[in-house]
Amino acid sequence: MIRLSFPLMFSAVLFAVGVYGVLARRNGVLVLMSIEVMLNAVNINLVAFSQFFQDNTLLAGQIFTLFVIAVAAAEVGIGLAIVILIFRNRETINVDEVNLLKW
Amino acid sequence: MTTQEWIFVVLGIVGAGAAVRLVTARNVVHAALYLVVTLATVAAVYLLLAAEFVAWVQVLIYVGAILVLLLFGLMLTRAPIGREALDNQQRGLSAIVGLGVLAGLIVLLWQAFGDDRIDLTTSSTALVGESLFRNFVLPFEVVSFLLLAALIGAIVLARRDEA
Repeated sequence: MIRLSFPLMFSAVLFAVGVYGVLARRNGVLVLMSIEVMLNAVNINLVAFSQFFQDNTLLAGQIFTLFVIAVAAAEVGIGLAIVILIFRNRETINVDEVNLLKW
Repeated sequence: MTTQEWIFVVLGIVGAGAAVRLVTARNVVHAALYLVVTLATVAAVYLLLAAEFVAWVQVLIYVGAILVLLLFGLMLTRAPIGREALDNQQRGLSAIVGLGVLAGLIVLLWQAFGDDRIDLTTSSTALVGESLFRNFVLPFEVVSFLLLAALIGAIVLARRDEA
């Protein structure tokens, strides 16, 4: 027995910390790390609600968590390729200095 | 409070503290190591919620693969040290937005699910696999195709043009 609100509060804290990290960091790799923290917060919610609704045959929450983890792996691979490409061209990975597409 | 809830409180404090240190650290490698702690506590939370397969996938993919990728990214780019080099000028505004998100989520979730309890039932790896390949075969194949596309895309992006 565990209160549903415990995992929900933990994931809320992780999500808020990730939002702060994405907004306040200027290093590209650190922004990617903060995005990973937010994805983890969502995954905790998925698993907690999967258990809360007693979904013991379909297990949709846990399987969706696995899909989110796979998509996060793809996202980090592409994101780091872009970061390394920017570093090679601009000698910086500060996201606020990459403003070629900014009007 | 039950034993599981006490363990959960300890894990939550450790994980949330490491996450806060992750977004405030002045050294990028320290930030990556705090990310290890956060991801490991999330894996322990999955174990506590009786989702063992997801917990081990979390350890394998996040701590094993994604974190090594991020460390490679830090290694290949010049990593400056210091707050001004890693953070931008919007720290105060970002903190306000983050605290606003936190307050909104906590109020909403507490009103909706304040007293509900989870009746934990163990979901074995066999059950997860059976459901995955019985009910979610098409999404599974789509994810494999997405990973292939990401692999090719990353190689194309990171390759040096030798023209």
